Amino acid sequence: MKSDITTRDIDFLKEKARIIRIEILKMLTEAGSGHTGGSLSTADIVTALYFYKMRHKPKDPKWRERDRFILSKGHAAPVLYAALALSGYFDKSLLNTLRKLGSPLQGHPCSKMLQGVEISTGSLGQGLSIANGIAIGLKLDGLASRVYCLLGDGETQEGQVWEAAMTAAHYRLDNLCAIIDNNGLQIDGYCSDVMCIEPIVDKWEAFGWYVIDINGHDMEAIVNAFNEAETVKNKPTMIVARTVKGKGVSFFEGKVQYHGITPTREELERALKELGGDGG
Amino acid sequence: MEGKGQGIATRDAYGEALLELGKKRAEVVVLDADLSGSTKTGKFAKAFPERFYNLGVSEQDLIGTASGLSLTGKLPFASTFAVFETGRAWEQIRQTVCYSNLNVKLVATHSGITVGEDGASHQAIEDVALMRVLPNMTVIVPSDGNETRQVVNVISDYRGPVYVRLGRTKVLDVMPDDYEFKIGKAYIFNIGKDANIVAMGIMVSMAIEAARVLKRDGIDTGVVNMSTVKPLDTKTLLKASRACKLIVTAEEHSIIGGLGGAVSEFLSENYPVKIRRIGLMDDFGCSGPPEELLKFYGLTPENIVKTIKEVLT
Ligand SMILES: Cc1ncc(C[n+]2csc(CCOP(=O)(O)OP(=O)(O)O)c2C)c(N)n1
Ligand SMILES: [Mg+2]
Repeated sequence: MKSDITTRDIDFLKEKARIIRIEILKMLTEAGSGHTGGSLSTADIVTALYFYKMRHKPKDPKWRERDRFILSKGHAAPVLYAALALSGYFDKSLLNTLRKLGSPLQGHPCSKMLQGVEISTGSLGQGLSIANGIAIGLKLDGLASRVYCLLGDGETQEGQVWEAAMTAAHYRLDNLCAIIDNNGLQIDGYCSDVMCIEPIVDKWEAFGWYVIDINGHDMEAIVNAFNEAETVKNKPTMIVARTVKGKGVSFFEGKVQYHGITPTREELERALKELGGDGG
Repeated sequence: MEGKGQGIATRDAYGEALLELGKKRAEVVVLDADLSGSTKTGKFAKAFPERFYNLGVSEQDLIGTASGLSLTGKLPFASTFAVFETGRAWEQIRQTVCYSNLNVKLVATHSGITVGEDGASHQAIEDVALMRVLPNMTVIVPSDGNETRQVVNVISDYRGPVYVRLGRTKVLDVMPDDYEFKIGKAYIFNIGKDANIVAMGIMVSMAIEAARVLKRDGIDTGVVNMSTVKPLDTKTLLKASRACKLIVTAEEHSIIGGLGGAVSEFLSENYPVKIRRIGLMDDFGCSGPPEELLKFYGLTPENIVKTIKEVLT
């Protein structure tokens, strides 16, 4: 599917994604706890949503006609916080308070405490049902807004995800586009060893979804997939994004142990160098 | 009567005890939901891979599978974080485990606010209430490593559903070396003439410290470790209540439905006495270092002291 996006637009998004990765690493180092791998693997997808695809107004977070983003894999909160800060929802300096007592930047996103967070998440498996409800509500109101929902691949082991999968197809929620961050890893190891989720494309197709299978780090492919999803009628779309956990920092990439630990100061230095210096 | 010093986290004691139990008893099987590193069932998994089942991120399936194993005569221990085990899978526990009175041991870790930085989504503050309300369920909240090890052994000899609530962070050793855990038997450190603190889990060591301070200030305060919340040791509770003017419950849990709830229910019917409940005041937790959170939510010896002085002086 061709789009009218230019090379310059793609370069702009790539640069944004680079800065988002830097902000993720800096805030996690400062916090001393949190989820590094699964935040980095989603940086390109979330960048494309916040800086290209979604219609939203950072100064008017409750704007009725906005597109919605639900971070079902709530442990990737840092990627959301970085995107919100760089979009202008709140001051970037707040990122340094991640996970500290009294901070609106909770370990897992809290909608009561932070503007721009649609709904609190962190307990896996619940986001897609919520996204369905929003998508139905938007249709009832005759709004053209779209709903995006980001899930982890391990997360799809939760039964509720498949209940929601049926619901979205049953109600023909073509204003819904979900994305699976298919990084192949969860906490206890490779998804294929812990609890196999394959064949992932066939499963979602069998559940009545329109599936787009892409490299989740290829910005052009991501943008095209979101555009393609918008043309699909009478079906929800699932983008299976093939990603690398820890993407962007060579010594974190594909390593299961970097699920829930944060960079040391020294690792941060090295990571920033790899990412081409502190752009923020 | 003081805490005996820094011990280990109750989840670590669980991991060790489970491994030992696995060596002794071939019918022990262990199940987890993608958190075996954190719940410490990973130790058992490494030693007995053929008796360990990882269900992935699927807590409802975890409970169902454990139930099925128990129907074939196995002795399943199913573990994940407390909020997901008792919350996500509550109805599976009710319908399958409790209604049929299955021999399934639910041992959950990361209870309470000492989970810390992960925040409210991961901090179970209502799990004891959720489990206590279920018929046939036994609910145990060990206070330290020693007690946890004993609990694992004792429940393996008991037939029926058991919920054991464990924590993430290191706790002080409080129970004496010769202590013997029995289901439904509270441990009396001492009985006070002015007030008695009935505590569970990490609050036991804080109750001991509070009692020490109060004694210095002339308020004779006793401490009871009510590690079995269900069935409640009503005999000990009556004894403590008859001896004093004020009962204070202390728990790292909502004051609704947990230990404070259980004690209030019993005493209001059987021996109405002044009661104060210390715990989460109908509030969710939040992110922060465990120590700071305990202070923020008033789960401290200082707050116990203050509460007792407010009533008695
Ligand atoms: C209901 C629930 N169960 C367990 C957890 C603990 N947990 C947090 S992340 C995670 C692994 C998730 O794997 P995946 O969805 O693949 O995430 P990613 O690889 O993108 O980080 C688990 C089990 C949770 N947050 N919620
Ligand atoms: Mg994954």
